[in-house]
Amino acid sequence: MAILVLAEHDNSALKLDTAKIVTAARAIGDEVHVLVAGHQCDAVVKAAQVLQGVSQVLVADASAYQAHLAENFAKLLVDLAPSYGHILASASSLGKDTLPRVAALLDVAQISEVIAVVSADTFVRPIYAGNALETLQSLDAIKVMTVRASAFDAVSEGNNAAVTTLDKVFEAKTQFVSQSLTVSERPELGNAGIIVSGGRGMGSGENFGMLEQLADKLGAAVGASRAAVDAGFVSNDLQVGQTGKIVAPNLYIAVGISGAIQHLAGMKDAKVIVAINKDPEAPIFQVADYGLVADLFEAVPELISSLG
Amino acid sequence: MKVLVPVKRVVDANVKVRVKADNTSVDTANLKMALNPFCEIAVEEAVRLKEAGSATEVVVVSIGGKAVQEQLRTALALGADRAIHIETDESLVPLSIAKLLKAVQDKEQADLVIFGKQSIDGDNNQTGQMFAALMDMPQATFASEIKLEANGLQVTREIDGGMQTLQLSLPAVVTADLRLNEPRYASLPNIMKAKRKPLDIFTVADLGVTLKSHQTIVKVTPPAERKAGIMVASVTELVEKLKNEAKVI
Repeated sequence: MAILVLAEHDNSALKLDTAKIVTAARAIGDEVHVLVAGHQCDAVVKAAQVLQGVSQVLVADASAYQAHLAENFAKLLVDLAPSYGHILASASSLGKDTLPRVAALLDVAQISEVIAVVSADTFVRPIYAGNALETLQSLDAIKVMTVRASAFDAVSEGNNAAVTTLDKVFEAKTQFVSQSLTVSERPELGNAGIIVSGGRGMGSGENFGMLEQLADKLGAAVGASRAAVDAGFVSNDLQVGQTGKIVAPNLYIAVGISGAIQHLAGMKDAKVIVAINKDPEAPIFQVADYGLVADLFEAVPELISSLG
Repeated sequence: MKVLVPVKRVVDANVKVRVKADNTSVDTANLKMALNPFCEIAVEEAVRLKEAGSATEVVVVSIGGKAVQEQLRTALALGADRAIHIETDESLVPLSIAKLLKAVQDKEQADLVIFGKQSIDGDNNQTGQMFAALMDMPQATFASEIKLEANGLQVTREIDGGMQTLQLSLPAVVTADLRLNEPRYASLPNIMKAKRKPLDIFTVADLGVTLKSHQTIVKVTPPAERKAGIMVASVTELVEKLKNEAKVI
């Protein structure tokens, strides 16, 4: 049976997550299809066609799909499900919103945040904020699962998969009102090679300007702990942690972050972790490769200037 | 308007759990338990709707062994009016939970069902969405603001990259994110009062729901430990290590 991957996009560009989920799909089986659902998303379709290992791109293009609502996306996926053994999506806000609905309508369980494929029916996923890894074997005929994109590398490009247009349109009762997305020149948190992250110790939203300068020197994304978001220093989409973004960059620089369990859950798979904190007892130092006990208001400017 | 809030008993957020030596599960014996933080936010939101005069009754429901009554009493102390306990000692997947909650909703006919977005033990983030699908209700997950309006509900939700606002007709499902509200502490008089509030107990058989087996747990293992790092004395040393030892900048 083929594997269906729900594409992650904003109607104009395909997100890198999708290329990573295709890698997970390829670990399950050979025939991988990608579903692009949205409105006026031709560029997304083209970007999905070139992904290596994709044999077919299904396109559902209608105004009803403009806002990527779980309600009708789920109905669309359920309609396609009989041809597939697996339905995969990124464990993004879209995937988490949509796939449980799909699974419930199919009367199968859903498997969340898969980080490794053992076989076509056996998968590994973190539980308890990553303090334990559960290996489970699915007994369901269709496996519906969200995949943690940061746990897989992206497939390369250079393919030219066939396109199939889907005509049936499913409507949603839910109405889209508005959306405000943070516009940033910096790399996206989920796909950044380097992340500079600030916590409660930053003291204010203005002080995050310092981290932005550091991020720009390094070509990095800016993240934050839950404490910094709750305090209103920065917006919620920057939150790294158990219930925010889960990241695995090459370098994670934690500034003024104490290291609560729920924060560590979001970043402890980073290749190299740096912690800068004035409290030598902060738990973040237990996971850091390089720890610096210092006043961040002195250390960060010094770090910026030493990077030239 | 009646509001139904399903809640879960979980290991307290501040406790670091350990995997059992035989790799069958996480050892939860003798650990401090609590109301799942997201469920607590969901209860708080429902109680606020009642205090604002928008909701007439707040019903909380939990599924599990006898011990979950402790968390139901906590929810009652926070201001819920009535509790339902579905008693089972089985460990259930979110789909089975959603099916049991559907049976409850079929009786209760709540206008709004508020869930926590995920429990901090299984980290599944599924039950609210599955329940919405089984009920064919609209949903707004990861809510950070709920506004009740004449023609339904306007919900602002936290999505990757920003915020999105949706309009839902009732009955509807909302799942609570962290910033929906800050839950209150239960006062002592309210804790005492909660002991006298109604709590009905049902079994799975009472609800007439047949549950299926969907998966088997092969093993539960601890994650790879990070090896201990080093402390550096200065920014200069840090930059030197990142450039020449870790080679990441």
